[in-house]
Amino acid sequence: MSGPEAHWRAALAQGRFLLQRTDDGAVVFPPRAVAPGSGAALHWFEASGRGTVYSLSWIARKPPQDPYHVALIDLAEGARLMSRVEDATPETLRIGQRVRAFIGGSDEEPLLLFRMEADA
Amino acid sequence: MTDAFPRGRAAIAGLATFGVGEMPGYSSMELTAAAATRAVADAGLTLGDVDALFVCQPDDFFAGLSFAEHLGLRPAYTDNNRTGGSAFMSHMAVAALMLDAGYIDCALIAYGSNQRSAGGKLKTRITHNQWDAPYAPLFPMTSYALAAARHMHDYGTTRAQLAAVALAARGWAGSNPEAFARGPLTLEECLSARVISSPLSARDCCLVTDGAAAIVMTRTDRARDLRQPPVPLLGAAAATWWNAVAQGGDLTVTAARESGARAMAMAGVRPADMDVVQLYDAFTINTILFLEDLGFCAKGEGGPFVASGAIAPGGTLPVNTNGGGLSCCHPGMYGLFAIIEAARQIRGEAANQQPRVELALAHGNGGALSSQATVILGSMATL
Repeated sequence: MSGPEAHWRAALAQGRFLLQRTDDGAVVFPPRAVAPGSGAALHWFEASGRGTVYSLSWIARKPPQDPYHVALIDLAEGARLMSRVEDATPETLRIGQRVRAFIGGSDEEPLLLFRMEADA
Repeated sequence: MTDAFPRGRAAIAGLATFGVGEMPGYSSMELTAAAATRAVADAGLTLGDVDALFVCQPDDFFAGLSFAEHLGLRPAYTDNNRTGGSAFMSHMAVAALMLDAGYIDCALIAYGSNQRSAGGKLKTRITHNQWDAPYAPLFPMTSYALAAARHMHDYGTTRAQLAAVALAARGWAGSNPEAFARGPLTLEECLSARVISSPLSARDCCLVTDGAAAIVMTRTDRARDLRQPPVPLLGAAAATWWNAVAQGGDLTVTAARESGARAMAMAGVRPADMDVVQLYDAFTINTILFLEDLGFCAKGEGGPFVASGAIAPGGTLPVNTNGGGLSCCHPGMYGLFAIIEAARQIRGEAANQQPRVELALAHGNGGALSSQATVILGSMATL
């Protein structure tokens, strides 16, 4: 037995990006023991990985290091999370950009990341 | 919820600041105690009169206990609420209810930090949660930057409009001897400043200073007989919507919309009634968001409103008349300094005293736009 956070991290380490939802379909992230607002039960499902950039900020570093960014991603299923869009530049990444999730990082510390998707 | 509040039945009876700006050689608790004893003396009381402590220190989870020990008090009630920089507005709400109920007779609310002299960095162990931290956002700046970027996207707010907030603050600070940053500042300097977490630059950030502040609250009928003109508390409300900014909904709206409306309803006042407004401006975007959410302009119009010069000296709405966190002082948490500037304006003793101040709003922000708390202060004529 483990709590929702440990369950989510174990799934991520196996290459699966999980989300939780209520019987009513409200989607929750980060993982919780109960549904916020109601205390109702939550059920796991595998995320589509699709999302759009809600906001982003480029963070300066001492030259010659390039700036990096953090982005808030609105997932297609409805929840929001903080992440990073790989291979993006200040010129290419905009609010509203469609993105898709992948699992990067290392084997020891897998990390949920996103890539830009071409507009349909 | 009925939002019942003992309007005007508790008041600020004494206030003080200490070591605002740079005060090397002092610990945070020493600064706090120095402000506290000065606030008690300002009220014409003695430390022995204090029977409730409200404190929130940057570096001490048990600050209430340390504060009682440092002052040699055995308070009947000790509060160490930690809702960030809004904690002090919440302290006032609790103190007013307890005073009115007769549970306590004299509340001391205090804060102090040596963060500038202790290294010039924000001295806190608080940081991003485990979900956000792997992406290395700056704490807390990137959270505010994310809200600012979305406000720009939704409403066309510009960096020049953000800069107008910094310029107004500097304008007020220039004639406040207590303010730490009083030198000239130009729009060009703001726009060419190094962007740290886009769209926010170094000029969009509050100061890093030392400083301590304290207020003493008693029932208003007792404050009437004390040394200073009482500043009654007419309304006080807090609202918490999230902790991490990633858990917010529309990041262009804050819980100030709720705390402000409730505090003003308790006081029986409207935004247009306010003679001065003191807002927790940790970053320039805060002032724009809070002006909108507290009802001083419509959502999305905060940028043009501040760019018009409305909140600068000589404008239509005196905002952050001490220079705010951007140019007066920001010792880690600014909430109590906003309260003190509002009270000084009502007492008629502010450095940039405005004419006929009867009503003042002080608004506190905690976390990353997470916790919002608003107090309405009045003169005795407003009772």
